Amino acid sequence: MDSALRRPALPRLAAPWPRASWLGLAAYGLIAFGLLPTLHLLTPVGSLLHVSDFTITLGGKIMCYAIVAVALDLVWGYGGILSLGHSLFFALGGYGFGMYLMRSIGREGVYQSDLPDFMVFLDWKKLPWYWHGTSHAAWALFLALAVPALLAAIFGLFAFRSRVKGVYFSIITQALTYAAMLLFFRNETGFGGNNGFTDFKRVFGLPITAPSTRVLLFMATAAALLASVLGTRYLVRSKFGRVLTAIRDAEARVMALGYDPLRYKLAAWTLSAVLCAAAGALYVPQVGIINPSEMSPANSIEIAIWVAVGGRGTLIGPVVGAALVTLAKSFLTTAYPEFWLFFLGLLFILVTLFLPEGVIGLGRRLWRKGTA
Amino acid sequence: MSPLAPRPEEGVLESAGIVHAARPGVLDASHRVILYLEEVTVTFDGFRALDKLTLYVDRGELRCVIGPNGAGKTTMMDVITGKTRPDAGTVYFGQTLDLTRMSEAQIAQAGIGRKFQKPTVFERHSVFENLELALASNRGVRHSLFAVVDDAVRDRVADMLRFIRLEGQADRPAGLLSHGQKQWLEIGMLLVQNPRLLLLDEPVAGMSDDETERTAELITALAAKHSVVVVEHDMEFIARLGGKVTVLDEGRVLAEGSLEAVQADPKVIEVYLGR
Repeated sequence: MDSALRRPALPRLAAPWPRASWLGLAAYGLIAFGLLPTLHLLTPVGSLLHVSDFTITLGGKIMCYAIVAVALDLVWGYGGILSLGHSLFFALGGYGFGMYLMRSIGREGVYQSDLPDFMVFLDWKKLPWYWHGTSHAAWALFLALAVPALLAAIFGLFAFRSRVKGVYFSIITQALTYAAMLLFFRNETGFGGNNGFTDFKRVFGLPITAPSTRVLLFMATAAALLASVLGTRYLVRSKFGRVLTAIRDAEARVMALGYDPLRYKLAAWTLSAVLCAAAGALYVPQVGIINPSEMSPANSIEIAIWVAVGGRGTLIGPVVGAALVTLAKSFLTTAYPEFWLFFLGLLFILVTLFLPEGVIGLGRRLWRKGTA
Repeated sequence: MSPLAPRPEEGVLESAGIVHAARPGVLDASHRVILYLEEVTVTFDGFRALDKLTLYVDRGELRCVIGPNGAGKTTMMDVITGKTRPDAGTVYFGQTLDLTRMSEAQIAQAGIGRKFQKPTVFERHSVFENLELALASNRGVRHSLFAVVDDAVRDRVADMLRFIRLEGQADRPAGLLSHGQKQWLEIGMLLVQNPRLLLLDEPVAGMSDDETERTAELITALAAKHSVVVVEHDMEFIARLGGKVTVLDEGRVLAEGSLEAVQADPKVIEVYLGR
């Protein structure tokens, strides 16, 4: 018998990209790298076509959130590990790069000192040791990614080795981010206490509020989001992804096959933390502030809601979920500020009850019905 | 290559007259016995699940283990696969591998395959992917990032699909298979790992008569090239397999021998009828 004939076909393993994906990718590229930057920079303020500072910053923010959502989807949707502490890694990435932004203020701060303002205010005479070298962007960026990675790796090693799972794992991650938040609230920690970092003047030598800088950061974020989605997509479709989902569904069987689930979980978990940290590092120069409230447990829960709303285990769903929920928040917190948390809670309940696969799952169901 | 072909190095070593080629970390079953359990004791909160259990399994042997509920059958499997650590006693795989010091994953890689009591397959993965993940290969994370499903992999999976009679089901999610088909898929997953010792915990539970008969055929065929330990309740099935039988009770070996011999043993009769 011809060997090509007896081989089983593999639609899932070798499927080419559907046309919709190519179209989506092209549209994303045109809007993020062409349309929005052009309209922001080249049309006069007040014209009908002008894209405002506010819109560009909101867009950049949403894309940072989307990276975090994709990162959580990797561990939750594919690995079955629900983290309710991902805002910690996001905030640490932000603080890491924020150190560089603080140092680049130079002597233009309120106290006109070489030290960041909050240190002068605390009457510190010199930089704490961990601030050394942070005037170099590359070192600060390295810290922004390496510190969260190290923390995630150590935490993950202990948690996964002790086979902490499910809701217990989620609760511990909450406790971790809460503890970190309390630590960062303290002035002695050396990160500006409850005010955090703000009043940045420039980034990579460019004035931080200039439209061109804004657009550059916006495009860098768009590129990072694209790389995150494509990279995790490659991962979940590789053998690594198949082992990861196998661990999610039947860990005992995976072990009996000779795989060490610890290593797979740890790899996915650490990578997820690094993605969050990168998003945090991109977020801080765009919004101009980072403080310990970014680490609050409520923020981490919101991340899980983005993923649930968009659709777990779909990668693109969490991007959509982060955008929808953030836009809704942006609208509701100005129009009806007191109802935002009720809305968020209600949304979570409704999605869990009626849309187990999120809006992406709903979209796919409707599409199938339409074509059938 | 047939999925049941023996590992090449086995025959080579023996024909070269090498009697004892001990290499650390590699199974050495040059002596007759492949699995040694000696004086193994396991206690859970004061309850002795295994009480100085001593048991030897020979290379190529088909061994059936029976016993009433709570006799320690599943605990014994757990000890061999590293899921439970014994409080005392030694567990060796061949001459060199101390199973009490190895992780579950290491034990599986050393060549011990286990079928769980409840069929455990990856329900959301396709039948093909289930076998592909089980296929003997590098188990490392780095390797998994770049592993490709090439023609060699497809051929080996296709061979196994035919062997376990699931040819037409390759692309279906394993969760949609019938109970008996899942049991077969799980056995197929064990076999593509190229194990030296197979542990089968109630392989025909919930199977139809026809499926049971085919499974018996399959297991007797395996026993020629692998060592197989079967835990079962179904006496007819054990009679059909025809191997040596070990009766466990309260964590100890009560009797050992042919099925007729143990069935005639007054101690065994008392344990089974006295309850």
